[in-house]
Amino acid sequence: MGALNVLYALLAVVVGVLGALALYWILNKLVEMLPAKQEEAVKPFAFLLPALAVITVFLVYPAIMTIINSLRSDDSTEWVGAKNFVRIFTNAPFLSALVNNLLWIIIVPATVVALGLLVAVLADRLSPTKEKVAKSVIFMPMAISMVGASTIWKFIYAYKPAGTDQIGLLNAIVVGFGGQPQTWLQYQTLKFNTLLLMIVYIWTQVGYSMVLLSAAIKGVPEETVEAGRIDGASEVAIFFRIIVPQAWPTVITVFITVLIGVMKVFDIVYVMTNGNYDTDVIGNAFFNALYSEADAGKASAIVLVLMVAILPIMVYQVRQFRAQEANR
Amino acid sequence: MSTATATKPGKAAKAPAPIKEKGLGKANWVIETAVLFLCLMWLIPTIGLFITSIRPGDDADKNGWWTWFANPLRITMENYSKALFDGSTPMGMAFVNSVAVAVPATIIPIMIAAFAAYAFTFMDFPGKDIMFIIIVGLLVVPNQVALVPLSVMFMKLGLQGQFATVWLAHAGFGMPLAVYILRNYMASLPRAVIESAKIDGASHFQTFWKLIVPMSVPALASFAIFQFLWVWNDLLVALVFLGGGDKSVMTVAMAGLLGDRGQGWQILTAGAFLTMLLPLIVFLSLQRFFIRGMTAGAVK
Repeated sequence: MGALNVLYALLAVVVGVLGALALYWILNKLVEMLPAKQEEAVKPFAFLLPALAVITVFLVYPAIMTIINSLRSDDSTEWVGAKNFVRIFTNAPFLSALVNNLLWIIIVPATVVALGLLVAVLADRLSPTKEKVAKSVIFMPMAISMVGASTIWKFIYAYKPAGTDQIGLLNAIVVGFGGQPQTWLQYQTLKFNTLLLMIVYIWTQVGYSMVLLSAAIKGVPEETVEAGRIDGASEVAIFFRIIVPQAWPTVITVFITVLIGVMKVFDIVYVMTNGNYDTDVIGNAFFNALYSEADAGKASAIVLVLMVAILPIMVYQVRQFRAQEANR
Repeated sequence: MSTATATKPGKAAKAPAPIKEKGLGKANWVIETAVLFLCLMWLIPTIGLFITSIRPGDDADKNGWWTWFANPLRITMENYSKALFDGSTPMGMAFVNSVAVAVPATIIPIMIAAFAAYAFTFMDFPGKDIMFIIIVGLLVVPNQVALVPLSVMFMKLGLQGQFATVWLAHAGFGMPLAVYILRNYMASLPRAVIESAKIDGASHFQTFWKLIVPMSVPALASFAIFQFLWVWNDLLVALVFLGGGDKSVMTVAMAGLLGDRGQGWQILTAGAFLTMLLPLIVFLSLQRFFIRGMTAGAVK
């Protein structure tokens, strides 16, 4: 079975790559048969066609279908108008998931940027070797899947009854200071368990933030920092008034990237609590609407809420891109 | 990861290294301790996971992994062999499935994207700007938007539960990013080279194949690594299209293990470490390319 799967995959690579090459070769030959003038006009589309087809079929068309399905019944056969939206927005657990998502949005991107900036600035002052080692350590969780990271942290939050040895680091520390062990992932006071889930996400993303911000800080021109020093600015003032403003575009980039990731967060919540104990988020609510409830209408409506929330970011991205192109 | 300042190892902070002067000031013990503290915060969770995975029997469920240091010779590989070969979805099988998913899902989109990126960079055609702007917009579209209709479509095509569904889905989801990264890279290549090839009578196909592809290797590599790690670590798409049966990939198998209350922590930690192994190797050996891809505007 296993060997067969590998063979299947290898075959797919060979067929996929050769097939794509053959396709382009044939398209190219066909286009070359046209008169020279038409050839120039048609050729770009021969190069573009496969990519555009893939994007249209596997991304744009399904996205449009999702919009349509959000107005249809649970098996997408009848039109139900705005009923799915009425249902989700009058559903207390979903509203709570929205609030949780909002908390993720408020807390996580800002924390990731702040911590990334902190590590970048501190590491910048170490010797090159130490800086390299420190950055590699902080960056390493980037390679770990959210499922892997969730396992790591679920173990840290593990609970054993009071009086027995604790195996989770967090409870061991709490007990070490004379406290009572807690079932942390069920600890809902002040949404503490949601906060614990956020820590997992932050842990995986600070490395990304640090690498980009570190590059930005190193790109700040020497003269501007020197000028600040000559004017007698303190180190803190130099940091906030001279370095941070010049690294600001990168700060925004990191913030937005993390923000998008946080809005659609799924893996961590699914694996650690599956949305129980008031930790649900949009991404997980979508998955459960689709699988536990087998309700395509509701799932589509939920995902549309996510899409609408992301729309302003999309507009911003496009604007940014145009500004960049204008400067190219 | 390498900083351009890497001159000589050692106490460069105290040596008059001109580039280092640029920062705020020099390292002192407060800063070194702070960085060390942060590094420990980042490392200890993974170290705890690894140590637990090599503790014998049900030690892991009896006392904390830190007690292992008192008796560091008490180790075993048994948890790994159990995680790899036992259970309904053994990690060994899941590893094979993950390879079968991730390799085609990485390689297939690259070439398609490279051709499109070439057209966007070096050719003129009506609607070019608007098409590229749509691609930029699609960069931030969450995958969830496409999942339900895609599974309906795959079902109609009789493909449900096949690896091909994940390859195609990942090709679609990764395509805007691939085109975007490659086009931005190609736009930075010297135009003169392409112009002279044109004067020499090279066709677009030849220019692409003989000039642009070799020159774009760094960008192709960085996208490949990015996409590979992304697909390998993905849970949602694999869960929706392949589910938890004998086509489980590692993330799905691991999520299944975690949901299974009977599993001891020694098996869970060994399983988790196995899922992390290949991405960590890929990542540590090819970090440079990965970072380049990231800085090239990976907003996925």
